[in-house]
Amino acid sequence: MATTTGTAPARTGPGAAAPAPGRTSEHRSTKTGSVAWMAIPAVAFFAFFGAVPLVGVFVLSFMQWDGLSPSPTWLGLGNWTSILTDPVMWRAMGLTFGIMIFSWLVQTPISLLLGVFTAGTQKYRAVLAVLYFLPLLMSAAAISIAFKALLDPNFGLAASLGVPWLALNWLGDPTLVLFVVIFVLSWMYVPFHSLLYQGGVQQIPKQMYEAASIDGAGTVRQFFSITLPQLKYTIITSSTLMVVGSMTAFDLIFVLTGGGPGNSTRVLALDMYLRAFRANQMGPGSVIACLIVLIGLGLALFLRRLGGKDANSSQMEGL
Amino acid sequence: MATATDSSTRGATTSRSRSSKRPNWVGGLMGWVWLGVIVVPIYWIVITSLKPSSEYFTTNPLLPSASPTFDAYQLVLENDFARYFINSVLVTLGAVVPAVLISFMAAFAIVRGKSRFLRLSSGFLLMGLAVPLQATIIPLYLMIIRLQLYNSLLAVILPSIAFAIPLAVLVLGNFIRDVPNELFESMRLDGTSEWGTAWRLAFPLVRPAIVTVSIYTGLQVWNGFLLPLIFTDRQELRVLPLALWTFQGQYSVNVPAVLAAVVLSTLPIVVFYVIGRRQLVSGLTAGFSK
Repeated sequence: MATTTGTAPARTGPGAAAPAPGRTSEHRSTKTGSVAWMAIPAVAFFAFFGAVPLVGVFVLSFMQWDGLSPSPTWLGLGNWTSILTDPVMWRAMGLTFGIMIFSWLVQTPISLLLGVFTAGTQKYRAVLAVLYFLPLLMSAAAISIAFKALLDPNFGLAASLGVPWLALNWLGDPTLVLFVVIFVLSWMYVPFHSLLYQGGVQQIPKQMYEAASIDGAGTVRQFFSITLPQLKYTIITSSTLMVVGSMTAFDLIFVLTGGGPGNSTRVLALDMYLRAFRANQMGPGSVIACLIVLIGLGLALFLRRLGGKDANSSQMEGL
Repeated sequence: MATATDSSTRGATTSRSRSSKRPNWVGGLMGWVWLGVIVVPIYWIVITSLKPSSEYFTTNPLLPSASPTFDAYQLVLENDFARYFINSVLVTLGAVVPAVLISFMAAFAIVRGKSRFLRLSSGFLLMGLAVPLQATIIPLYLMIIRLQLYNSLLAVILPSIAFAIPLAVLVLGNFIRDVPNELFESMRLDGTSEWGTAWRLAFPLVRPAIVTVSIYTGLQVWNGFLLPLIFTDRQELRVLPLALWTFQGQYSVNVPAVLAAVVLSTLPIVVFYVIGRRQLVSGLTAGFSK
């Protein structure tokens, strides 16, 4: 942890990366030829399996393909007009944003508090941290399956406890299921974001708190005027990952609800999958994939702008 | 001077230090509440997986069974668990090892070299961080079919490598930048090639970062669901998350067995967690920390 977090200031600082001009640069130019090729495997790999499909998805959005016939055929704007006028897609879009906003509202305060808490008191930290991070080790499939069993209206934990308000049809009710999805998403991702905040808090200079307490600032005041502003970039990184993550959330919802009941949890990523791989409509599926890319990128850039110009490069990762 | 005020504030102001416990109290309350939220389901998963399937419906769900049994685990193991486990190991190793090695090479080249090609490569890979795997799945599917890789572990491995590269290059690059230039200079004066410098100087020095990146990538691939779901449909090629999902479909009534499968699929990572907790935790947030 410490080593990871230590790198950001080092790379902007002077020192290591700045070569002495003159003699070295000549050597550089002769050496360069012998080192550049080492980037080729990674670049080629990513170009082939990352960049080409990204371009491909835009191309395929103008084509017709059922996924079974050998080749897609040209169609034009047909997929776009049919998707953009399809109420199912708009419902999925609204749902995606709804889940995005509510899971942000739930996860951010909890992660922030847990991050501050686990970064603080030595005594609890070690013991609790071990347990907090357990959900991070589980796959989305494992988590969903466990909660599906736990929330089963007939055989689940809630049902067999005999507490009436717990024994609801959590996954079968179109409204309740949304709470479940947001809860399970939070259960899975809060530990990760707590870790981010924990790392952020540990980087705040202790002197700031000492100075503030000498000036008589109470702890609540300290939290709002030191901790929160100092965590600005962590908040932006974490929010970007949450927001972009909800655009692409698939595994968890797919296994937990399969989009149901009805279409009540059919978020964009699921809508894409169901159209492309269940209904064999790769063209419309590609249109939705394009929308996911564009909206995700737009949101990431928007949050980056919120961070201001001095947002350091690690924010790129949220992109 | 600074230390004097430091110690005096700490020593003299008990009232203030009490007030400084207040956020701990708020955070602490949240800490304990969330602990319950995390621990209760996990506790329930574990104790239920140890119940006989007949007992499941009749006993208190929050009490461990009076006669715990590994029947559920046996059922899971009899359902080809070993094969799925091996598939998961193969896919994870097959993706992590090449991804980390070629990312290290690229990071080294980007940090050490100055050519236009390398600057472009660096920008290209940074932009790659913005490409979500899910959104490229349809063209990838077409490519996998065309490459005749459908229904092979390689179909899962190759895209996994590609999507691990951008973050790995970024994190490893940050660490290679921290290696003092004098060390590179002395290697150069000794007449060592860049290739030799990369593996004999930089690689050992950034080993902690290699471990971090490997763990991060490994967890992503181990827990990956979408690629195996779409690129394979043969039973003998299933990886653990996919096997878990189909197992749940078959045995949905046998809750202890389903939960035993959940436990078994997570167990290897938990063992890993117990052995190398610190590396794992730093690996989880890889390059995302400020």
